Amino acid sequence: MTIDTGRIREDFPILHQEVHGRPLVYLDNAATTQKPQRVIDALVRYYQRDNANIHRGIHQLAVRATEQYEATRSRVASFVNAPDPRGIVFTRNTSEALNLVARTWGDEHVGEGDEIVLTVMEHHSNIVPWQLLAQRKGACLKYATTTPDGRLDIDHLRSLITPRTRVVSVTHASNVLGTITPVSEIAEMAKSVGALFVVDAAQSVPHMAVDMQALGCDVLAFSAHKMLGPTGVGVLCAPPELLESLPPFLGGGEMISVVREDASTWADVPHKFEAGTPNIGDVIALNAALDYLEELGMDAVREHERDLTAYALDRLQSFGGITIHGPLDVDERGGAVSFSMDEAHPHDVSTIVDGHGVAIRAGHHCAQLLMRHLRVPATTRASFYLYNEPREVDALIDALEDVRRVFGHASARSAV
Amino acid sequence: MPVPEVQFDELYRELILDHYRNPRHRGTLDDATHHAEGLNPTCGDEVYIDLVLDDETVQQMAFEGQGCSISQASTSMLSDMITGKRVSEARDITKKFEDMLVAGQEPDPEIGDLEAFQGVAKFHARIKCATLAAKVLEDALESPVSAQRGG
Repeated sequence: MTIDTGRIREDFPILHQEVHGRPLVYLDNAATTQKPQRVIDALVRYYQRDNANIHRGIHQLAVRATEQYEATRSRVASFVNAPDPRGIVFTRNTSEALNLVARTWGDEHVGEGDEIVLTVMEHHSNIVPWQLLAQRKGACLKYATTTPDGRLDIDHLRSLITPRTRVVSVTHASNVLGTITPVSEIAEMAKSVGALFVVDAAQSVPHMAVDMQALGCDVLAFSAHKMLGPTGVGVLCAPPELLESLPPFLGGGEMISVVREDASTWADVPHKFEAGTPNIGDVIALNAALDYLEELGMDAVREHERDLTAYALDRLQSFGGITIHGPLDVDERGGAVSFSMDEAHPHDVSTIVDGHGVAIRAGHHCAQLLMRHLRVPATTRASFYLYNEPREVDALIDALEDVRRVFGHASARSAV
Repeated sequence: MPVPEVQFDELYRELILDHYRNPRHRGTLDDATHHAEGLNPTCGDEVYIDLVLDDETVQQMAFEGQGCSISQASTSMLSDMITGKRVSEARDITKKFEDMLVAGQEPDPEIGDLEAFQGVAKFHARIKCATLAAKVLEDALESPVSAQRGG
């Protein structure tokens, strides 16, 4: 099945507007995606009809809310082929999911002189929680580098793994370079030394079929808002036995079994890790987003983005004066395309492009280590999703011509 | 190609692009008496300012940094404006420059060429690019190097 963007775009009301007098071209999907009407309707329906607190109430609304919330949990588990719905924990976002792992598993299992292996491509959310852990425990962080063509340097990563490696945590798809990493291969390396293998899938689960068990990771983390769902929902996937072995992350309501004056016992997983009233409405609306994606088929989504990315790379390369950061082979990358223009800084590019109604991102993309590694202060990034069309790539290129007009104009005048 | 509704020539005035391409007073000062640095963490713009203050006068200013045209050109233009001015005048110019950007006030004649940045006030996402130099300069005027070395 192929993606019919003409039909799909009808489902996204936000796309049908003008910005600065021009049709909106939304190319900031790595930051967050837009929501189909079906997801918005699910949120409204929940608050109009079913709103109640979950797990405690006996009354009908509480039953309905609980059933829908737990149905999403099961749906998420099957969506990424997680081993068991009891291993699905809803957090606020990917960052919180990774913090949970670093705080609980990390505090239990990482000690002084132990090693944590990351890559220079990581988003800050997959760096800072491990840095905090390393500081608490006197552990050491190691970063695998990238090759000159923007792929993960797998040989370097392999050389960093030692018997002291306790955690390997890598991105599945870079939010800057688009690079897809060979997760299964890294899983073998981590397993060979008994390290916990964590995958930041925030940029992969929304864009391709992800099978957690086939990947061979212990922990998978991603966010609903990058895959048509609402903001405020992150997902942590792990085997239930792994979660059972861990201490709680946050304490409070919902996560306890028995509370006494001096100590408490914990609820079963995953509830042990969901302290307090969770984000019920947004979790329920995530189910509608998963419906939408499954109807299209994740292989079709991937194919659509691959074609569109190939077209964008081709147009950017033939534009001239542009450096593309990341692999040029679309089989090795997703739809986040970062580039630098010779004549203008990314912020200047972004401002002018915005004037054309084209939403892109400029900055360090929460990846300062990678910016230093690439020796650039910032990059300009266009990132695609299932509703984007080749004509939107054309609109970006037209806007870049205007950047060249403004910044090239001055050099022509100063040369006179 | 269709003409966009937003006119960028108002933001990217020729004078700004000239300072961006040919920055004045770029470098460091070995005999700096005052120094400060600052960055916009969300976008990565960086500005480092060295000053030689003597007899309550800005004898020299030099800057290093990286970032967008607005952040670097505003630092360059400020360096032109305040060199040779009394410290109190430099503070005044800096404040009036910020008033134009942040409060949207008409440019005071005292700020001279810096009025070229008036168009930035309409681009909310870019105001902090232009105020960075002003903030670092204000900081530098208060920050003797001897105190920094002495910890």
